[in-house]
Amino acid sequence: MNAIRSVCVVGAGAIGSLFAGHLGSVVETKVLVRRDDHEEQLNRAGLTVSGKSSLQVPIRASTDPAALGDVDLVIIATKASAVEAAARRLAGHFPDALVMTVQNGLGCENVVAKHGDWPIISSITFMSGVRHSDTHVEYELDTETWLGPWSGGTADFRMATRVGDLIARSGLKAKAFDDVRPAQWSKLIFNSVVNSIGAVTNLPHVKAFASRHRTADLGNLVFAMMEEGKRVAKAQGIELYEDPWEMNVQAVSHGQTGDDDYAHVFSMLSDVRAKRLTEIDWLTGAIVREAQRLGIPAPLHETLFGIVKGLEHSWQDRQERRGT
Amino acid sequence: MKVCIVGCGAIGSLFAAYLAKLDDLDVWAFDLDEKHIAAIKAKGLRLSGKGDIHSHPHATTNVADVPACDFGIVATKSLHTRAAIERAAGIFRNGAVCSVQNGVGNEEIIAEYVPRVIRGTTFPAGHIVEPGHVAQDTGGKTWIGPFEPKSASMAEIEVLAAKLTEAGLETLAMEDSRGAQWTKLIFNAATNPVGALTGLPHGVACDVPSVRKVISTLVAEGVAVAAALGIKLDSDPEKLVDYAREVAYEHKASMLQDALVQRPTEVAALNGGIVTFGRETGVPTPMNQAIWALMEGLEQSWTHNKKPRIKK
Repeated sequence: MNAIRSVCVVGAGAIGSLFAGHLGSVVETKVLVRRDDHEEQLNRAGLTVSGKSSLQVPIRASTDPAALGDVDLVIIATKASAVEAAARRLAGHFPDALVMTVQNGLGCENVVAKHGDWPIISSITFMSGVRHSDTHVEYELDTETWLGPWSGGTADFRMATRVGDLIARSGLKAKAFDDVRPAQWSKLIFNSVVNSIGAVTNLPHVKAFASRHRTADLGNLVFAMMEEGKRVAKAQGIELYEDPWEMNVQAVSHGQTGDDDYAHVFSMLSDVRAKRLTEIDWLTGAIVREAQRLGIPAPLHETLFGIVKGLEHSWQDRQERRGT
Repeated sequence: MKVCIVGCGAIGSLFAAYLAKLDDLDVWAFDLDEKHIAAIKAKGLRLSGKGDIHSHPHATTNVADVPACDFGIVATKSLHTRAAIERAAGIFRNGAVCSVQNGVGNEEIIAEYVPRVIRGTTFPAGHIVEPGHVAQDTGGKTWIGPFEPKSASMAEIEVLAAKLTEAGLETLAMEDSRGAQWTKLIFNAATNPVGALTGLPHGVACDVPSVRKVISTLVAEGVAVAAALGIKLDSDPEKLVDYAREVAYEHKASMLQDALVQRPTEVAALNGGIVTFGRETGVPTPMNQAIWALMEGLEQSWTHNKKPRIKK
């Protein structure tokens, strides 16, 4: 395939808006949305990016993929739990496009592959943003997006490089890998552990996550659970790109003051506080499933998975009892 | 004969109310809760629910009021065992002190302060309705036996059991009461924190397969530690979990009740106890340690999330 001249971003949350707002400055950029008023707003005002970038780009938005014409690249930027629905809408469209997934966790590529034979690029992103409105996103953390060809499909490293170059040209940071799994698994293990523990304890990423003085200190659990995840990665021959424990130690010592007051509130904790379904199935649950497939014990992951499932159940349950 | 109840929450008040029915006993209720003690002094102690009693134990918040006693019954939350017995130890210079608390490790603490200790486990439960009035929610037996390192005599243990039974709290004196204690410990350590962390009532927790599995994993570790200690359990804690699902489906575990009002929990005496004894016997208890850490993390969140935040 040739140069990427047009892109369609599916799902315009914070990450999707950051991709669209930057790519719109270098190629024709379209956004597939779900709400009519979202479509109108974007077609009328385009997207504004503030913060680490300062951009204002036109956007072609629609709730109907057929109305968007052909594109060379599709970026699926929904939550993991919405990938199935998004991929179903894409089925039969964009036959010549590459499709890139950017979800947390494992398994979204498989979901996409069920709905079309696009070459699939796996990616994980470390950037972050705050979505102020349908047409305004603030670029907060300008960290990299890592991408590579998904091993289960027909994409190759050249395609990944082309996508990576485009993203970099648009003002975001990107790095293409021949095999992105070592990076993906580093982040997966890190997220599966800290997100589930944060969700259950109602704690943001405070220093206690790295504290290992007393038996009952949280850091001992974080450490043991990460060791469990590392054994699962190793059993598939994946050599991690970064050590998840080091990522954890670094994350809790971040910030200007190193003060716990600025500790990061995990996305899963935000979901729990808002009583929304979490991404536990794609994070901790993914490691549980991989461990089972490989016949490796992962009791700590099973325990955290079970408790988060119980928490989700407690809201549904209460709603059922109220008869709503 | 004189008896002093140390810690008169729901359980301590049950013991005080029943024992004070006996004419030949001098019963003292010691607690730091001014309102509850003042109400008992003014109007006596009322029990409703499964028990229907109105009796008149002596009551005080000042340990100096209490005469030397033959028996003590410690019924504080396990968090407060040391503070309570440190204060009350003088009463039991020549007495025997029995713990009827949750968890393990309470007898060890009590033994640092008094000459003779009795290991106890009690099943009746209740809650305080208002000062001076306690509702008894469930019946059940109490088991007492020697705390080996520093024990009361079997004859003494039998006297206490006879008095409690005579008062209406069926109590069995046993040569080894550890089986009852560990059965209740394993049950509580598996079900209480799971309730507190998921927010689910006991029966609902049992019906979510991934949660039920966590309970079983915790039970299995506790059973292994008990076996390594040479303790023969009274009954299978797994069966107790299923039985409680039948009879207490909507029951919120006491640790969940604590968590809902952000009160420090007894996790250190429950899961922490299993971890400590596991370490002593060389039995790995990683899941109980994990649950202990999660509960401590949750308790920490109550302070952390309350701190006023300066916006960046």
